Amino acid sequence: MGNGIIEMERYSFSLGGRRILKDVSFRAGEGEYVSVVGPNGAGKTTLLKCLCRIHRGGSGAVRIAGRPLQEYGQKDLALQVSYVPQADGRLYPFTVYEFVMMGRYPHLGPFSSPGGRDERAVRDALALTGTAEFAERYPGTLSGGERQKVFIAAALAQEARILLLDEPATFLDPRHEAEIHGLLARANRERGVTILSVTHDINSAAVTSRRILALKNGAVAFHGEPDAFMNGEILAGIYEKPFLFAAHPRSGKKIVVPELFS
Amino acid sequence: MKTGSAGKGIRFAVLFALSLAVLAGAPMVGMKILPLSAVLHPESGTLESNIFWMIRVPRMLVSFLAGAALAVSGMTFQAVFRNPLATPFTLGVASGASLGTAVYIRFGLVFHFWGISGLSLSAFAGAVLSIVLVYGLTRAGRGSSTTTMLLAGVAVSFFFSSVILFLQYMSSISHSFRILRWLMGGIEPAGFESLLNMAPFVIAGSAIVFCMTRELNLLMTGEEIAAGRGVNVENTKRVLFFAASLMVGGVVAVCGPIGFVGMMVPHICRLLIGADHRYLTAFTLLFGGSFLTLCDTFARTIVAPAEMPVGIVTALLGGPFFVWLLLGRSASRGGIL
Repeated sequence: MGNGIIEMERYSFSLGGRRILKDVSFRAGEGEYVSVVGPNGAGKTTLLKCLCRIHRGGSGAVRIAGRPLQEYGQKDLALQVSYVPQADGRLYPFTVYEFVMMGRYPHLGPFSSPGGRDERAVRDALALTGTAEFAERYPGTLSGGERQKVFIAAALAQEARILLLDEPATFLDPRHEAEIHGLLARANRERGVTILSVTHDINSAAVTSRRILALKNGAVAFHGEPDAFMNGEILAGIYEKPFLFAAHPRSGKKIVVPELFS
Repeated sequence: MKTGSAGKGIRFAVLFALSLAVLAGAPMVGMKILPLSAVLHPESGTLESNIFWMIRVPRMLVSFLAGAALAVSGMTFQAVFRNPLATPFTLGVASGASLGTAVYIRFGLVFHFWGISGLSLSAFAGAVLSIVLVYGLTRAGRGSSTTTMLLAGVAVSFFFSSVILFLQYMSSISHSFRILRWLMGGIEPAGFESLLNMAPFVIAGSAIVFCMTRELNLLMTGEEIAAGRGVNVENTKRVLFFAASLMVGGVVAVCGPIGFVGMMVPHICRLLIGADHRYLTAFTLLFGGSFLTLCDTFARTIVAPAEMPVGIVTALLGGPFFVWLLLGRSASRGGIL
């Protein structure tokens, strides 16, 4: 494996006296789509927050685009990494357009106002996410799925090389879920954005991503190709429950069968 | 709900005209109606011209600066804490500044530092102390940080108020009276000296806020999003707290604690011009300044020849507004702010 755009070596991080990440090592190559999975409380969200320095500190080495994480200023880092937090229903008093334009913050000097390049980036992000039609609306008037797309649009307008997403499709209806997966795949394919996405949906992780990183109790439990991950023993070890598999009726790929039907 | 840029321009123009009218009108109104010649000939040295230029004009400027500073610092606290109730008062910053001032008066301290009055510096130190305490307590406490912050602010505020009362109790009659009178909050017949004491604090503080309007917008969308966009959240908050403490300290040292301007003016302005701090900051500054100038003009004319503390006027207007706010009018904008 060559140099990755994200390189983490024996990284540990504690919060409030509790060790949340333990000796985590992994690499993600430029343009890769990585799904981060694992039980609740495994440290997935913390991992993302450490990568975009919402959390600071920790021991071990993290390099983004070849440069140690601690050498970045927050604004420089935002040119490399953008972050879509877990939807928490909080609203902000700005229109969708104004909010997405705030994604341009790291590109602007302290007193310069947004120019043509910024407007183009915002327009492209709105178009790619299908949010252009509600550009002038406030988030209070949008559905959960629409709001999530706006968050992704703002992160894309930031034009960073790495996109971190925390459960982008959770709590969404099947149509919006599919739309989110579709637009992330498109951003990954067309723009070459490296994606690190936290999810609980094993099937979609297996289908959408090129590599899967599984955490358990803060340590790496699996890192590799989806085909190797869809394995009864590995999944049972991570989630501490048995899994049942079936073949997808069209692609023939291995999928996890929901418990309900067993 | 969206105010277009043309609409914003019109609103700014209207506010600007109103501010000019208030600034021009306020010194003309009073117990004594002044002839125009008094205004035009400051060098004449007549009683009328002295009243206008030596008493009413500085007082008008002091009240404008104080109102502007309180409103902008309230706006800053509300954005940083993402809470409509965050103000210099609920956070204990005003009582911190009051404590600083009371200590200065009680111990008869007299010092200047580079020409800046010791009284203002003491108030500033008190303001910084309280924000450090409240912020530290909020971060140390687990659970909902907004609730913790408000509770910590109220606790610090009560504690400092008790210390002030204690200081007062232990003071001589003259010190005690000076503290009491100053605690009522008011723009005392202030000369140019008060203006010069206050101006550097207010100008420096608001200049910092004006440089950070984009960061304020991002903080309002949430700290994690702001950090992800490239805002150094901790540093930005520290700088903004410093700026707000400068302003509150500068004002409180001269005028005492004046309530409600810091809470109600930013809310009114948000309803009028929207939440974008690139416009809101200037709007709030003008509105706050004009509002307090107007209140002070009322305070000194309505019961003439006596004078009401301006805090009574602002609170009389602010109380009902506060209730209206609690009843959720501003919630229609789809946000806490």
